[in-house]
Amino acid sequence: MRHLLRSPAGLAGTTLVTIMVILAIIGPPIWGAEAERINPSAILQGVSDAHPLGTDNLGRDILARVMVAGRLSLLLALLTTLIGAVIGTVLGALPSVLPRRGARVVTGTVNALVAFPGLLLAMFTAVVAGLGAKGAVLGIGVAIAPGFARLTQTLAASVAGADYVSAARMLGVPRMRVMTRHVLPNIAEPLILNLTQALGSALLALAGMSFLGLGVQPPSFDWGRLLFEGFSRIYDTPAVALGPAVAVALAGIGFNLLGDALARAAARTTTPAKAAPVPAARQEIEEPDPEAVLEVRDLTVTFPGGVTPVRGLSLTVAPGEIVGLVGESGSGKSLTSSAIGGLVPYPGKVTTGRLRLCGVDLAELPEQERRKLLGTSLAMVFQDPMASLNPALRVGGQLAEVATVHQGASREKAWERAVDRLDHVHIPEPERRARQHPHELSGGMRQRVVIAMGLMGTPRLIIADEPTTALDVTVQRQILRLLRQVTAETGAATLFISHDIAVVGELCDRVVVMYAGRVVEELPVDQLVTGAAHPYTRALVASLPDMDTDRSLPLASIPGRQPAPAEVGAGCAFAPRCALASDRCAELPPLIPYGKAHSVACWEAQ
Amino acid sequence: MIIKNLTVRFGAFTAVDDVTLEIPQGAIVGLVGESGSGKSTLAKAVTGLVRYTGEISGADTRRIQMVFQNPYASLNPRMTVGASVAEGLRLPRADRAAEVERLLSLVSLPGAVAQRYPRELSGGMRQRVAIARALGARPELLVADEITSALDVSVQGSVLNLVRSLREELGLSMLFISHNLAVVRYVSDVVAVMHQGRLVETGPTEEVVDAPRHDYTRSLLEAVPRLGRVS
Ligand SMILES: Nc1ncnc2c1ncn2[C@@H]1O[C@H](COP(=O)(O)OP(=O)(O)OP(=O)(O)O)[C@@H](O)[C@H]1O
Ligand code: SF4
Ligand SMILES: [Mg+2]
Repeated sequence: MRHLLRSPAGLAGTTLVTIMVILAIIGPPIWGAEAERINPSAILQGVSDAHPLGTDNLGRDILARVMVAGRLSLLLALLTTLIGAVIGTVLGALPSVLPRRGARVVTGTVNALVAFPGLLLAMFTAVVAGLGAKGAVLGIGVAIAPGFARLTQTLAASVAGADYVSAARMLGVPRMRVMTRHVLPNIAEPLILNLTQALGSALLALAGMSFLGLGVQPPSFDWGRLLFEGFSRIYDTPAVALGPAVAVALAGIGFNLLGDALARAAARTTTPAKAAPVPAARQEIEEPDPEAVLEVRDLTVTFPGGVTPVRGLSLTVAPGEIVGLVGESGSGKSLTSSAIGGLVPYPGKVTTGRLRLCGVDLAELPEQERRKLLGTSLAMVFQDPMASLNPALRVGGQLAEVATVHQGASREKAWERAVDRLDHVHIPEPERRARQHPHELSGGMRQRVVIAMGLMGTPRLIIADEPTTALDVTVQRQILRLLRQVTAETGAATLFISHDIAVVGELCDRVVVMYAGRVVEELPVDQLVTGAAHPYTRALVASLPDMDTDRSLPLASIPGRQPAPAEVGAGCAFAPRCALASDRCAELPPLIPYGKAHSVACWEAQ
Repeated sequence: MIIKNLTVRFGAFTAVDDVTLEIPQGAIVGLVGESGSGKSTLAKAVTGLVRYTGEISGADTRRIQMVFQNPYASLNPRMTVGASVAEGLRLPRADRAAEVERLLSLVSLPGAVAQRYPRELSGGMRQRVAIARALGARPELLVADEITSALDVSVQGSVLNLVRSLREELGLSMLFISHNLAVVRYVSDVVAVMHQGRLVETGPTEEVVDAPRHDYTRSLLEAVPRLGRVS
């Protein structure tokens, strides 16, 4: 609701619709008598103080009639929309319920009706059903039904493929019940939103019918009828036609705006607003490490609404070192890497105590130089290689572009280097592959291309975010080897992000474990199996089945789930799942040294 | 249950090629292979979701249930957990609540979960609900297609423990599909290795893992990442 009122369109729509509804309720009791009062001495008057919109041919006050006509106009529009929606939803849902042949007939009919001009359909039905309000309502209702049917059909088809629908079919749930319990409730929301907009259109269409004399007949009157009666006088007293016209327009616009805003508000996923504040910059930051390729201190990423997925994270990576960043999904791994690369999407906000790349403080660099530094010394590899490749360009050309843009190489030289780099990442027949498009390569080969792209320059830092998650184990192994080789020969620092602690354990030198946006433990990889001190790290290692796990014992597991970024409290975020938790854990445990090259954030580290 | 010479074709492409596999009563058969090897297609054929040639005998095909990979897509978001689990039950209305509670307790969930909606549950809990729903139909065979691959390691363990306890306590037969060999090794009695639509090796878990006969199985085993093995 708050979202609805925040946008100008939403606010305007809500206000207009509210006014129209109030008018429909209070209009007739207040102005009803006046609207009907015939006054032979005031026939066909123009604008005056007594009659701001003039009078009609029986001397009735037109303003009062406009105020009163709102109720009938809205009620008829509502009725019309309901008729259209019911016919449309049934028609749209039928194909999912009927046997194949029946379904095809219904779908064909709907398609034909959608193509048929709505106005003709409405007039035809209205004429058949008889002149007057009934005919108009039925006519317009029938005319908007095909649109609803099409919408229902499309929405239902998207839900019909869902796993829960397959599951219900497998359980033998009858078709009709699948429709009413699984499909319709899940498409109700967009349908209802569409209804609001349809109401606006129905209102306009009904006014149109009345205006053509096909709608409401005297002595009843709606806005369209008033417009019809006023129209002949529009040249001498425009106000008599303007009043009802403005009313129709405002109501129509109001419903359309509201429907639009509702749809937009529904598309937005609401996030809970409560959250514990992130403690601002903690202790004094120590001297910068001159050796480190990457040094991050107190990195925090926040999104509006108190969503803080990364909370005061610190990290150092040395040249030639592969550091693994592990944690379950949602722990903030990818946002950390985006923040380092300056890629956090709007409206995310990044704050750091320090962010140094190759000994240069990124915060102190002007925008242009920062980009240049990131462009030449940072290579990023993502889970989906297609995110880094342009599907329309040959891979060789994409690689060569890096050299021509950043290093000012000539085109031939750049192409040569591209082929050389493809060869370097063990792509067979590099000359031929360079001339191919990304879609002609397998997933593993595309990932190699992305790595080769990073090697066009001389990267100082390689950030690989789940680079093998989409790949098969055998291909994964080759890519891991390649990363190790590249790190060794370039002396670059590599930050390897993964949810798979086994992969990290095999590839990396050092492991940084994240939980709910914070680093909870940092340790050399050879200590992972036996020397981990944080209860979360220990549980992660214990819960992972590997090729030597004792099959006669149950696996360890961690009850509960990681808190969402907006739910993280002030104390240790792991406390609700921790067997060792005590009162002390209501206070945030600092990340403190725990033996050589090992630090832990836990009061009970053991 | 015995699958004999099962073949699935999509146009000219053969996704599953002449597969013969026995799933003994009360056993868990693990099916491993890389993506595109035809594992899911075989699962769909067994559950009757795609057309196949060949023969499936020894089980009532209507009593085969499947648990899906993505626990976030396999439960109707508008239905309570209890209503979802109750769907497959062929029982008088009065007995349903008790049966739902029994099924939930089978998958180690408290009865109160029945009133909750899927969005209030973690991925691991949802996957348990999906298993409970399938169990409600008293299946002769449960097909589990990558049921832990969308879960975090921290909850994967509890789902795997559940899979094993179901076999022990209910004698449930299961076709357990995964690309993760360590996971398959942990839960299965028999392992079948699939490659390019064909079964290349089948045998008791220990044998396949410790003494693989086929080259492809060997390369799969070699590629499994191991904690603490620095390459
Ligand atoms: N409806 C279809 N039409 C055409 N080809 C299909 C269809 N469904 C699957 N395939 C193909 O069949 C092959 C096997 O697919 P399947 O999904 O069974 O593999 P999988 O081993 O389970 O893979 P993953 O581990 O990625 O799920 C793939 O090459 C796939 O592209
Ligand atoms: S600080 Fe407390 S709750 Fe957090 S991990 Fe340590 S013992 Fe558990
Ligand atoms: Mg599959």
